[in-house]
Amino acid sequence: MAGWKDEVEEIVFPGKICVPYSWTVGSTLSKWYVQLRDDGEIWANRCPSCGRVYVPPKIKCIECYKDMNEWVKLPGTGTVETYTVVNYHEPSLHPKKPPFVYGVIKMDGADTGLVHLIDGVAPEKVKVGMRVKAVLAKERDGHITDIKHFKPIA
Amino acid sequence: MERVAVIGVGQTKYQQGKRETFHELVYEAASKALKDTDITVEDIDNVVSVSSDFWDGRTISSMAISDASGAFNKDISTVEGDGTFGVLYGMMRILSGSFGTTMVVAHHKGTESNMNGITNTSFDPLVERRLGLDALSSAALQARRYMHTSGATEEQFAMVSVKNHVNATRNPFATVPMEITVEDVMNSAMLASPLKKLDCSPVCDGAAAVVLAAERNAKKLSTNKKRVWLNGVGHCADAYRLGDRDLADTRALKKAAKKAYEMAGVTPDDIDVAEVYDAFSYMEPLWLEGLGFCEDGTGPEFEERGAFDFGGKLPVNPSGGRMSANPVQVAGLAAVIECVLQLRGEAGRRQVRGAEKALAHGINGMCGQSHCVWILGK
Repeated sequence: MAGWKDEVEEIVFPGKICVPYSWTVGSTLSKWYVQLRDDGEIWANRCPSCGRVYVPPKIKCIECYKDMNEWVKLPGTGTVETYTVVNYHEPSLHPKKPPFVYGVIKMDGADTGLVHLIDGVAPEKVKVGMRVKAVLAKERDGHITDIKHFKPIA
Repeated sequence: MERVAVIGVGQTKYQQGKRETFHELVYEAASKALKDTDITVEDIDNVVSVSSDFWDGRTISSMAISDASGAFNKDISTVEGDGTFGVLYGMMRILSGSFGTTMVVAHHKGTESNMNGITNTSFDPLVERRLGLDALSSAALQARRYMHTSGATEEQFAMVSVKNHVNATRNPFATVPMEITVEDVMNSAMLASPLKKLDCSPVCDGAAAVVLAAERNAKKLSTNKKRVWLNGVGHCADAYRLGDRDLADTRALKKAAKKAYEMAGVTPDDIDVAEVYDAFSYMEPLWLEGLGFCEDGTGPEFEERGAFDFGGKLPVNPSGGRMSANPVQVAGLAAVIECVLQLRGEAGRRQVRGAEKALAHGINGMCGQSHCVWILGK
């Protein structure tokens, strides 16, 4: 019968898939990143139909499916809608060592939340509803990490 | 509209570090489903497979399982997502009139890779992926938001983990049946607050299969006892970016559930048993609200009062749920299979007595971006 299956030596092949990509950022997000990188400003875009303001900006409004061409400069401040203190470590993924904090920041002047890091405060002091502002990186290269993190407004 | 029935089911035991290849797991689940249906592979006229290429480490991995699933010399097409969506596609293929008997098979070998790494790649490489988010950290953001809007406590979430791990002690297919307490959950390692190790499901390996048949085929190929009807289905997706949603708002699920109930001609009160997506403890009460079993924000209180216990008003996840076995893409198909076994009266020690209507629920995407709801009946 199939008794040999319980006795056979189990062989495991370790593997890894490494394939390069060049992801086109697209005109809408490229504009956003250029403004962030060169001017140190966080912009959003507004739906001409419902007035909803999106950050990061989108090509079309989710609700109305309309093109969005109106750009709005945001003050870079916001409110913590939710957060988590991360205690596990994934060295190849995580931007810093645990414990560190992710949050969804409801940006002033926008109707959406921005997911980012919260720092400049002890993790246990972070609260829902806390007022925060963006801290920009000194050296910026046109990535989401050009915003270093959000820190509490003193 | 012609009716579609589930006329047979099969599943492997869900375990971590299974020795079989995904191809072998598919062969086991499909063979069991054929045996359960008492038909041969020749009676199947097409196959829908459910898998994820990133998890498999192989693109178009359905091609690699065409023989194991019985699709050789026939047709196979794939859903990348949850098994509940595989059943949806399988039913649509039958309702199109092109096929009469569809095998839907899902496989997953999560323990061969790294969940955080794989789920990080579901985030936009242009924005959030670089921040290192994954399924666990994003779920933690949703859990905290839900606590804020509902007033739920970490202890109430822990009660869900306890309930489902204990339920799993009656399910021979589960990965981690455990008699645990709320204290055990609260004292387990804090991974991403408010989620602790025992609030999170164990990613594991396994495969599952169901045989779907159009009414005309079902009556030829199966007996009344084995036949379970797909009475209603609803599906709906929310926005992709986490920040474009209110993570505690179940609007997509509500829409999906409404469609499913209307199609089946039932209300939540008619449901006798439910298998609801609970890869993280807080999700069960949140989705139960979206499914209409309680008002928004009251799920955790109902959980605390035992309404969804095995002996409660509505037994939820008598199988132990995803909390006790999470073969990711297979999860929703395992939920459908549990409902079928419950309705056939074949659920052994976890049988909900006299179950006539069952609900199975699955999700796709981070924090339940997309939902699929099934109503099954005898």
